[in-house]
Amino acid sequence: MIVRILGEGQWRIEQDVVADLNRLDDQVEDAVQTGDEAELATALHALLEEVRTQGQPVPDDELSDSDLILPAADSTLVDVRELLSSSDQGLIPG
Amino acid sequence: MSGIFSRISMIFRAKTDQALDKMEDPRQTLDYSYQRQLELLQKVRRGVADVATSRKRVELQATQLSTQADKLTQQAQKALEVGREDLAREALTRRSGVQQQMSDLQAQHAQLQGEEEKLTRASQRLQAKVDAFRTKKETIKASYSAAEAQTRINEAFSGISEEMGDVGLAIQRAEDKTQQMQARAGAIDELLASGALDDPTGTAKDDITLELEQLASTSDVEDELARMRASLPSGSGGAQPAITGQPAGQAQPVPPVQGYAAPQTQPEAQPGAGDLR
Repeated sequence: MIVRILGEGQWRIEQDVVADLNRLDDQVEDAVQTGDEAELATALHALLEEVRTQGQPVPDDELSDSDLILPAADSTLVDVRELLSSSDQGLIPG
Repeated sequence: MSGIFSRISMIFRAKTDQALDKMEDPRQTLDYSYQRQLELLQKVRRGVADVATSRKRVELQATQLSTQADKLTQQAQKALEVGREDLAREALTRRSGVQQQMSDLQAQHAQLQGEEEKLTRASQRLQAKVDAFRTKKETIKASYSAAEAQTRINEAFSGISEEMGDVGLAIQRAEDKTQQMQARAGAIDELLASGALDDPTGTAKDDITLELEQLASTSDVEDELARMRASLPSGSGGAQPAITGQPAGQAQPVPPVQGYAAPQTQPEAQPGAGDLR
């Protein structure tokens, strides 16, 4: 599957890594729900690092949809919430 | 996945479908979306330029502040030389305020520079995507079959649409940071204007400089007075003729205005001026 990290680009991830990512993604989701900024930073950093190390970068001249989109590494709680709420409205952020 | 972030990918697809539904012929869609991509690429490049401009402005301000700090150090030294510790202390206090501003500015400058680099990379990536899309567009056009073309356009376009949204976010973040910096820069400008920070260009003098200059000129005046007093007893009589001589000189140009008698009146005027003496 292809994962995009906002502001950085796309990575191609093997299916067996996805389970790991799922676990890290759950931590991010928890942090967003409890509103813990520090926890979010840690969890998000771990998640993105996993994607960067386990994935293969997709070349710039390859056009492909991402299956999954992750917020930028320095996103705040507000940013992440905003991304999620704007997805409800079906608008492109930015 | 747990779904929280996959919702975000929906954003881009919704946008793609909207853009593509407008056209019926896939070949038209291709040209239309390529056009849109070029426009967006243009916008991204402008964004990069804007951020670079703001960064330069901040750099300029940092330079001004450091000049300011140097000047205050010199003032403190000068104040100490003339034995005014209170002034020196005041100057150093102000300098630490200026240094605080400087380090804040530098931290934000580094942040802004990071954003600029990210934005530049994103813009290069988008450029590559747009180029790839152009190539693909021509291939699809050549092997045109409506249904197949539509699917492939959808794939290609949502790939690039994501990239646009991505770059759009990067631009917005950079703009936010830039605005922060501009607000700070504006505040510093205002401080300079109000005199709380003195103008490093030196056009307006701050109170420390004024007081130092006053001290310097006061001592100059004292020296001068002392010198004058020393030469006073013998000089009082000789000064008078030199002063009264001036009206005589001024009287000279007046007679020629009368015109016809100019050569005559001029010799008369001079003895007249002599009479005043």
